[in-house]
Amino acid sequence: MFYRETGQYKTTYAADRAIFPIRQDRIGIAILLVVAFVVIPLFANEYWLRSVLTPVLVFSLAAIGLNILTGYTGQLSLGTAAFMAVGAFAAYNLEVRVPEVPFLVSFVVAGLAAAGVGILFGLPSLRIKGFYLAVATLAAQFFIEWLFTHVAWFTNYSTSGVITAPPMTLLGYSFESAASRYLLTLCIVAGMAIMAKNMVRSELGRAWMAVRDMDVAAEAIGINLMATKLTAFAVSSFYCGVAGALWAYVYLGTVEPQAFDVLRSFEILFMVIIGGLGSILGSFLGAAFIVLLPIFIANASGLFGGAFSAETIAHLEFVIFGGLIILFLVVEPLGLARLWQIVKEKLRLWPFPY
Amino acid sequence: MKREIGSGPPVTALENIHLSFGGLRALQDVSVAVQPRERLAIIGPNGAGKSSLFNIISGIYTASSGVVRHKGQERPPRMKPYQVARLGIARTFQNIALFPGMSALDNIMTGRNSLMRRGILSEALQLGWARRQEIEHRRRAEEIIDFLEIPSVRRTPVGELPYGMQKRVELGRALAAEPELLLLDEPMAGMNLEEKEDMCRFILDVNEIHGTTLILVEHDMGVVMDISDRVAVFDYGRKIADAAPDDVRRDQTVIDAYLGTAHEH
Repeated sequence: MFYRETGQYKTTYAADRAIFPIRQDRIGIAILLVVAFVVIPLFANEYWLRSVLTPVLVFSLAAIGLNILTGYTGQLSLGTAAFMAVGAFAAYNLEVRVPEVPFLVSFVVAGLAAAGVGILFGLPSLRIKGFYLAVATLAAQFFIEWLFTHVAWFTNYSTSGVITAPPMTLLGYSFESAASRYLLTLCIVAGMAIMAKNMVRSELGRAWMAVRDMDVAAEAIGINLMATKLTAFAVSSFYCGVAGALWAYVYLGTVEPQAFDVLRSFEILFMVIIGGLGSILGSFLGAAFIVLLPIFIANASGLFGGAFSAETIAHLEFVIFGGLIILFLVVEPLGLARLWQIVKEKLRLWPFPY
Repeated sequence: MKREIGSGPPVTALENIHLSFGGLRALQDVSVAVQPRERLAIIGPNGAGKSSLFNIISGIYTASSGVVRHKGQERPPRMKPYQVARLGIARTFQNIALFPGMSALDNIMTGRNSLMRRGILSEALQLGWARRQEIEHRRRAEEIIDFLEIPSVRRTPVGELPYGMQKRVELGRALAAEPELLLLDEPMAGMNLEEKEDMCRFILDVNEIHGTTLILVEHDMGVVMDISDRVAVFDYGRKIADAAPDDVRRDQTVIDAYLGTAHEH
């Protein structure tokens, strides 16, 4: 009854192309932005800002990156964490060697470096598809992790193999408090999410989806497969690279190559699958689901206090986590984004059955 | 409207094309040419090499020997399909090859991708030319949607559309590229009479209004004889006839190979 676009006429193609063409959606997103930018930094405590919301945002960015490659272009990748590592180490090395560079510039360089590496490891996609490509990207994962662990230059000859992110200052302001770091991450992630949304709804995104859905037909209507696939690898890795730099600088502060192991790649792949392949919103939902669910389970099990040993609870967490993931995939294989879409469609008709 | 078939160099000409897959000879010494604004039909039994011929023209297969010419110019032998498309050659597929996850509108817009500029940053920011480009091409896509009478399904993912509608969207996607030469691989297959009539009307309109040259592979002899200027008949990878519909209908080799005779009872 409240969510209905009756009477909202679109008279130009420009209006029809708006990201949120329905007024209620625009109000909703405005409220969401106010909450994210104002309410949360004012009222959330240190733990939520630093250990929950910031990683959710960083993971969302990485998930958008993987979604561009896997969800939109149909190229399965298991090397997401490796591209994040390239971003983190590129930003670190740039700042260690050229300390004058502002950290925002080094984030861009991190993305560009990851994009370059992404294109390199995307080359096999020109000849192989599906599971075989996934194995090729797995090679990127292991090779890059090995490279950063064994070539001391990348960690600036640190004896422990750990890099420590230099402090982030912008125009004399130092990003140290949890709230400032959360807001910084939010600005970067929100901006890049809008850019991703713009890409997938324009010429570039249609080329990506055409390659995903039917590559022979895509080529027959004039789409250069090689250029399109490599662009997808580049853009995807750029997003992962910036996410990696944020992970090192904003979230962890100190980071070792093993923080970007293959399990991290799988974790991001799960976020994309659970959130919804081929959906920018789904990337956020998936990241929130994977980060928040274990916290939720841990808190819920606390209610039974004492009834189970700590060890049992830790194991139960895994069991419930796995069970819920399977349940979700059985109930809605297209992910949380599709669930949200169904809810919206139902809301448009409510309270009438049709 | 009076339509004149162009003289001068053919839009596309195949000269002495051979194509084999291992030991199987799919095409043997085939030469076919199509003049500007002409409607050429290709018929023949299954496995005669009709689709192989299309795949050679659109660059999906490379001929074992022979020459393909575009407006008199010899095409490089290993031209990629997307490069062929950019010469102004569009096609549809025998088994519909739409992008099932995308809406009808997006499928048709994708047909215009080869006419659009690419710039990652501009498209990400949607400022300036990238935004104008989307809106301008959207307008052209809507003209095609109107022409094909499919406005009601423009937002529907094509995977959910009925078969006849999918055929129409696929024609729309090919038309969106504003081709000079349109290859239609069995555009009427699996349609009922009414759908066939609609499709014939669209095809004839495209040819007459935009002067688009047509090559179509089709099994419905009524349609073929009615709408084509010329019919080429294939059998076992060879061209056995190439003439006006009425002449082909009376050709004894064609009758033996494909058309057959009405049995006396």
